[in-house]
Amino acid sequence: MSDQDSEPVLDVDFFRRWIGTAAASVEREADRLTELDSAIGDADHGSNLQRGFRAVTAELEKAAPETPGAVLILAGRQLISTVGGASGPLYGTLLRRTGKALGDSAEVTPARLAEALGEGVAAVAQLGGAKAGDKTMIDALEPAVAALGTSYAAAAAAAEEGAVATVPLQARKGRASYLGERSIGHQDPGATSSALLIAALAETAGEGSADAESAGA
Amino acid sequence: MLINVPETVVADALRGMAAAHPELSVDVDNRVVVRRDAPVAGKVGLVSGGGSGHEPLHGGFVGPGMLSAACPGEVFTSPVPDQMVRAATAVDSGAGVLFIVKNYTGDVLNFDMAAELAEDEGVRVAKVLVNDDVAVTDSLFTAGRRGTGATLFVEKIAGAAAEEGAPLERVEAIGRQVNESARSFGVALSAVTTPSKGSPTFDLPDGELELGIGIHGEPGRERRAMMTAREIADFAVDAVLEDLRPSGPVLALVNGMGATPLLELYGFNAEVQRVLAERGVAVARTLVGNYVTSLDMAGCSVTLCQVDEDLLRLWDAPVQTPALRWGR
Repeated sequence: MSDQDSEPVLDVDFFRRWIGTAAASVEREADRLTELDSAIGDADHGSNLQRGFRAVTAELEKAAPETPGAVLILAGRQLISTVGGASGPLYGTLLRRTGKALGDSAEVTPARLAEALGEGVAAVAQLGGAKAGDKTMIDALEPAVAALGTSYAAAAAAAEEGAVATVPLQARKGRASYLGERSIGHQDPGATSSALLIAALAETAGEGSADAESAGA
Repeated sequence: MLINVPETVVADALRGMAAAHPELSVDVDNRVVVRRDAPVAGKVGLVSGGGSGHEPLHGGFVGPGMLSAACPGEVFTSPVPDQMVRAATAVDSGAGVLFIVKNYTGDVLNFDMAAELAEDEGVRVAKVLVNDDVAVTDSLFTAGRRGTGATLFVEKIAGAAAEEGAPLERVEAIGRQVNESARSFGVALSAVTTPSKGSPTFDLPDGELELGIGIHGEPGRERRAMMTAREIADFAVDAVLEDLRPSGPVLALVNGMGATPLLELYGFNAEVQRVLAERGVAVARTLVGNYVTSLDMAGCSVTLCQVDEDLLRLWDAPVQTPALRWGR
């Protein structure tokens, strides 16, 4: 880890790369997300996020936002305008509120990002009326935020663990909730894509899953 | 499937709709269907929308006496706020706009965001949530009852009130009253195939049916060996009556899910009317057909809506839309 130096700062380029990496993960994992969604939803989570992140990528090229906050606000707005379903407003709110919390500084510290992401996740929980254990995005995002103080790799691992832990849960929110007990035994697609977003953050910080072990050494 | 590629099914359908219905203004790029004479001076605008795949809902219900505009989303995916804001500003005459929203998480979130944005643009917005599906039990622990067949009743009756010049508060109150007076129950005889997936979203073997389904290919309350139309009517009507307990006459919608022939739907309606007569429920009007569908799903739903004289008069009022037209 880089703690021996002064605390690193994250600039606009870092945030652009984070969103770009997330978009690439969504492209790569779209079929898997859709497959998970067909078990307990309506088989479109991957294709919907794909459409959204493609639009985000195009807009980031065009608008070239100049601060970390502006990158996330733009990405969030774009997701709200293109994804639809519940994922659009929920992911859009996550990024937009995180971006708003970052304000208009040109550089932010990791601690500041952790705090802002916490605000974003709280906004998602409020909008969707979901809490931990409801088998939603929150089950990946809350543990990730809690672990961000340790390292990005720890946050990514916590998010992945949270997503996998949705398998035995019964859905209480969203369309999967109509299935009642039949939603048990399937991993939640929203928690899964949320884990991708946090994994992309770790990868951008150079703490991707491949070098997660060596990062702690 | 009768399509080109899955990615363009919604846009292709809108282009076809525009060609068939010059009385509508169809914005294919922005995905908004608006009555061509909007905004109508002094009239409250009615905007609805939802995922595509339920046609003729909602675009087929745009026209005088019903919706002012509809916003189609991707297949089974809520539209985005931009569409609703565009629709609201297009139909607002200054008298305000009523959003008619089926109770699904995505629809609710997107319409909520759109309401805020439209109000920022100076449009007064009210909302009616439709949640009539009695098959969703323990609704406290789920996203709540789904909006299904009652959407047609809300759109028609609130639409008639708006056409008469009722103010926004009144149109909203009537919409609410219709929703509170209506309940639905649906049955699937086959699963549904979405264009993007290309195979059935759940596995429903021949010789079995699924009771208590929604309109998005989600499995229902329970699965049983195939039943006769008579048995299905008993089950569905009793499920509705148990929850509705009407004290007066009802409107009956005997709705096809998309792939059930009208011949079968009329036969099913005969059984529905029989049960209602046996239970002592008077039927004021009946509508039979494919109105709130789920792509290629075979099956049916029953919606009953208790009406007073005023609601019945509004139901009978003239309507001029692609899918529903009478009077005048």
